[in-house]
Amino acid sequence: MKTYLTSKFLVERDPERCIQCQVCVNQCTFDVHYYDTEDDEVRSREENCVGCHRCVAFCPTQALTFKKNPLDYRENYNWRPDVIEDILKQAETGGMLLTGMGNDKGYRIYWDHLVLNASQVTNPSIDPLREPMELTTYLGRKPDRVELDRESFNLKTELAPQVKLEVPVMFAAMSYGAVSLNVHESLARAATETGTLWNTGEGGLHSKLHQYGNNTIVQVASGRFGVHPEYLDVARVVEIKIGQGAKPGIGGHLPGEKVSAEVSMTRMIPQGTDALSPAPQHDIYSIEDLAQLVYALKEAINYTKPVAVKIAAVHNSAAIASGMVRAGADIIVLDGLRGATGAAPKVIRDNVGIPIEMALASVDSRLRQEGIRNQASIVISGGIRSSGDVAKAIALGADAVYIGTAALVALGCAVCQQCHTGKCAWGICTTDLALTKRVNPDIGARRLANLLRGWSLELKDILGGMGINALESLRGNRLHLRGVGLTDTELEILGVRMAGN
Amino acid sequence: MTGWARRDSMAYGSYLPHIAIPKGRLIYMRRIYIKEEVCIGCHLCEVYCQLQHSQSRDLIKAFKRESPRPLSRLRMEEKRPVSFSVRCQHCDESPCVYACLTGALSRDPDSGVVNVDEERCIGCWTCILVCPFGAIRQESLQRKMVKCDLCQGEDMPVCVTNCPNEALVYAETDI
Repeated sequence: MKTYLTSKFLVERDPERCIQCQVCVNQCTFDVHYYDTEDDEVRSREENCVGCHRCVAFCPTQALTFKKNPLDYRENYNWRPDVIEDILKQAETGGMLLTGMGNDKGYRIYWDHLVLNASQVTNPSIDPLREPMELTTYLGRKPDRVELDRESFNLKTELAPQVKLEVPVMFAAMSYGAVSLNVHESLARAATETGTLWNTGEGGLHSKLHQYGNNTIVQVASGRFGVHPEYLDVARVVEIKIGQGAKPGIGGHLPGEKVSAEVSMTRMIPQGTDALSPAPQHDIYSIEDLAQLVYALKEAINYTKPVAVKIAAVHNSAAIASGMVRAGADIIVLDGLRGATGAAPKVIRDNVGIPIEMALASVDSRLRQEGIRNQASIVISGGIRSSGDVAKAIALGADAVYIGTAALVALGCAVCQQCHTGKCAWGICTTDLALTKRVNPDIGARRLANLLRGWSLELKDILGGMGINALESLRGNRLHLRGVGLTDTELEILGVRMAGN
Repeated sequence: MTGWARRDSMAYGSYLPHIAIPKGRLIYMRRIYIKEEVCIGCHLCEVYCQLQHSQSRDLIKAFKRESPRPLSRLRMEEKRPVSFSVRCQHCDESPCVYACLTGALSRDPDSGVVNVDEERCIGCWTCILVCPFGAIRQESLQRKMVKCDLCQGEDMPVCVTNCPNEALVYAETDI
């Protein structure tokens, strides 16, 4: 069928600069560039361009650039180009539209409507270059009260297992199979070096990475892929995945062609078979059922490490979170509307779930009201872009955050949203062995560790400006936030005052 | 393999009296090692090798104006997903040096680098026949052999400096 879809981008090659070295040809995985032997010239099929920047970044003479195709439809607020194109795609394929990464629609980003405080005159700010600043965070259930031995002054209360983080930023769940082993290794090594945690996602943990277990969160999801005693043993935290921000209520589907020999070994499924994660966990239809799995896992790990439960941020998150804490979750993870994925139905990604800022504020408030906030740490994910977002999240009540997209961007990802095609030109979201090599774990680990180092320096600066020397003092301290351009209802849910108030 | 080559450990060294390195001498040498598992086959090593061996040392001029185009001293071997670049290994026991009819090839006794005296090269291609790595290329117009010179004068060979995925390492010992 002839497609009515037109090119998204125009590729511009400066003939004065192009030396026909064909690096763009061998780097593009979407067959945009090709070499015409007869004319000794490199040309483009721009209709294939997805805007991933790979060729531009690798061109040794900066001969390449691309820009948005100015070709327009007649202006119409209702029938925007993306709406028209989605319909065309479906008319041509008859299928569900798949996509990758997070929601790209213009829902309000509340981080951009929150501003942080700083000390002036009445309380001194602190210079983090001269004075120690503490970002240390402990994840896990905290006791209701602390009792000391009257004689020795030792702690009498038995503490639940705690996990120490040097930086309150962890790497979000991205499964092996969705991302490559080299990406996993980069994340694991960076987390180990930085003193934080990374998350395996639901695809198991490759045996090569067991050595980084002490900085690893292992996931137990609806497909139970790769869950075995050693998997639970080597981990630092076990996370039960109920849902994911990019596709709340939807399961996962890793196509058979991505289930290579190594993926099959790690996931414990036959090579070449589709890896289907059911939409629900079929043994969890209630809070009581969740408690059974939480305690089954706690028994399995002998109560030595925290168990986290991850849900997508949805309308009833606050009530659900309360149930999760009562079901024994030591850490609750909320994944918001802008959380990303390796593949999801576009209609779900773009329309289901609530913004993470709202979910976080309402969950934190609810748990405080019920007097159980101490019983679980709150970790949020889905759209954290900078240390500024981290600081705001902590002030809103989070204990720590997960970064997924930001971590991949550090590895080269240009958020071109082609993850579901398996052709990632940056070698991140693919299992094609010729492409996965594009992420060198030595470089990847260095880039990720650099990112976290940069963010922690910035966080210390932010804290210092507020006159605080420990992140603990900012946690849940919403007086350090003010809203800009928000309605009364929004401010009320966020528990934040308007700027100037 | 180490970067140290011991002359007297060689099996057939004694039959080849013209080799420059005296018996028992230790040569300190850095070589280019290939990390095939992260070579992405982008060919940028080739591009920069050509640049380094051009007249103008300017990418655009070298490729667009110089005729013939400078020849890369290395060659990519590719069969997806495997790829790696092949260049002169500066062998401890260099077959090309032994085979060279005119003595154009010699191994520097201090650096261990196998050098070519272009004046003396007659383009008989005997070196190409004996090179076990296929690392020697023909400059057909001038009928001279060309091969990797480890970018003499640079701190590091340019292919190593410009490898975007750090798949080439310039090191003293095996990695």
